[in-house]
Amino acid sequence: MAIHLNNFRSPSATFVQRVKWLLIVLGMMPLLRLIAGFPLGWLGANPIEFITRSTGTWTIVGIAVTLSITPLRKLLNWPWLIRLRRAAGLLAFFYASLHFTTYIWFDRFFDVDDIIKDIIKRPFITVGFAAFVLLIPLAATSKNSIIKKLGAKRWQRIHYLIYLIAILAVIHYWWLVKKDLTQPIIYAVVFAVLLGVRLIWKLRSVSSEKPPLVAKPPSD
Amino acid sequence: MLIRRSTDILPSEITTESQYNSRRDWLKAAGAMGLIAGLPALSARDAQAQAGKLAGVKPNAAYGLPDGEKLNKFDELKNYCNFYEFGTDKTDPPANAKSLKTRPWTVAVEGEVLKPKVFDIDELFKLAPLEERIYRFRCVEAWSMVVPWVGFPLSALINAVQPKGNAKFVEFVTLADKAQMPGLRAGVLDWPYTEGLRMDEAMHPLTLLTLGAFGEALPNQNGAPIRMTIPWKYGFKGGKSIVKIRFVEKEPRTAWVKAGPSEYGFYSNVNPTVDHARWTQATERRLGEFGKRKSLMFNGYTDQVASMYTGMDLKKFF
Ligand code: HEM
Repeated sequence: MAIHLNNFRSPSATFVQRVKWLLIVLGMMPLLRLIAGFPLGWLGANPIEFITRSTGTWTIVGIAVTLSITPLRKLLNWPWLIRLRRAAGLLAFFYASLHFTTYIWFDRFFDVDDIIKDIIKRPFITVGFAAFVLLIPLAATSKNSIIKKLGAKRWQRIHYLIYLIAILAVIHYWWLVKKDLTQPIIYAVVFAVLLGVRLIWKLRSVSSEKPPLVAKPPSD
Repeated sequence: MLIRRSTDILPSEITTESQYNSRRDWLKAAGAMGLIAGLPALSARDAQAQAGKLAGVKPNAAYGLPDGEKLNKFDELKNYCNFYEFGTDKTDPPANAKSLKTRPWTVAVEGEVLKPKVFDIDELFKLAPLEERIYRFRCVEAWSMVVPWVGFPLSALINAVQPKGNAKFVEFVTLADKAQMPGLRAGVLDWPYTEGLRMDEAMHPLTLLTLGAFGEALPNQNGAPIRMTIPWKYGFKGGKSIVKIRFVEKEPRTAWVKAGPSEYGFYSNVNPTVDHARWTQATERRLGEFGKRKSLMFNGYTDQVASMYTGMDLKKFF
């Protein structure tokens, strides 16, 4: 085989840029499907439900992808993967915003009183809302200039929130399904692995005094 | 046989060249959109639909289209189904229920009755005149449809088997056959799926032993060949693909009550004032509409059914 993993250790800047754009284009596909599918009837008999679920699913997938970048980077020894993380995280936030908009628009019709009551009353909404609110500071501190202003340490501390968000997302999913827990269990396992490896690495790096590779601001 | 001579052709039947061309353009456009491939399948389906019409169905004028309502589409009923034996997604049953064999089929009617009997399904089709009744159909998940069901009141069957005095409840047991139902592999519910009604509910004229919808025999994914429809209760109360009807003394523990006693009650009357533990029942989305409607007490059948529950705390007996 001519292609070897080593070839991807330090690819050119243009290659990385292209992979990033590929990720963004792929990340837009679910939205395109919803936009095209609406008039074409791909969304089934209950299109609003389809949109709610699809945007929720792509939010949680986006969070999982974002969280898998650091472990993959370490496992494969591909340091440049870190340069995809911001795009992945912002895609997750983008779908979370669409998901929340679908809810306030087509589930609650902008009835603010009703929305507040619903957030308080229904635990799965409470938890989902908390996850969404916590995503906002992460998205808001994603620009290079802000990272510089904050400093890496403080940036990092804010971005540890993603672990909590992942857990809240699973709880949200767990509580909303009627009976079949297959899907939430899958995400619970995925997040357990993604957070688990970090914990193991953290413990190891503490014992060997190496700086942790857990969360690091992007370098571009 | 009448042989048409060329002069019999009306001028309006003659295709002009420009019509021919525009038709060709349309065909080209349709072909480009991949529609042509679907055409033969569509017409085959139409033919089947004609063949599938149930004979001798009379619309019951007392249960026509309720004021201000519109019928849902047959396709909506067929493609958006809760039938966990075929999978938990709404689109699983239409995809997986083809494997369901609905003939031969028998329904055993037993328990506290004087004349227990195993009915052949074709016998049941003839037990009472088939009526079409248009009912609102409200799912516990807060969506709804308006469906023209075909069947006859369950009371006709009940009278035929003569329940004894101690028959207080009716239990419906539905098919649980691993070979035909891929969803059974997942232990989502305690199979077989069972449901139940109090005797007066079972005897109520609205309670429909259902054999068809939209003039046809029930599609497999909607509970063929025989299901229950109780229009003032949440949809899951209507068991699908029923194989046994038992008359019992004690309130049966139904599948959803076993699965979540705090979320699903035995009565499960549509009640906008009693929320599900995790979502509101005050509103619902009618399939095909974007807004939400206010849900109606007893799904709009208060006049007919409320008297059965006088004196009962419906918050407790939800
Ligand atoms: C980070 C934040 C969030 C994530 C990761 C998330 C994820 C999900 C997922 C995975 C689903 C289920 C998709 C499926 O059934 O296939 C879902 C459904 C849903 N979410 Fe969220 N969600 C989030 C925030 C919110 C917020 C803020 C709200 C509303 C305030 C909300 C309301 C809903 C609703 C109403 C459903 C549909 C429930 C149903 O169909 O029964 N979510 N979400």
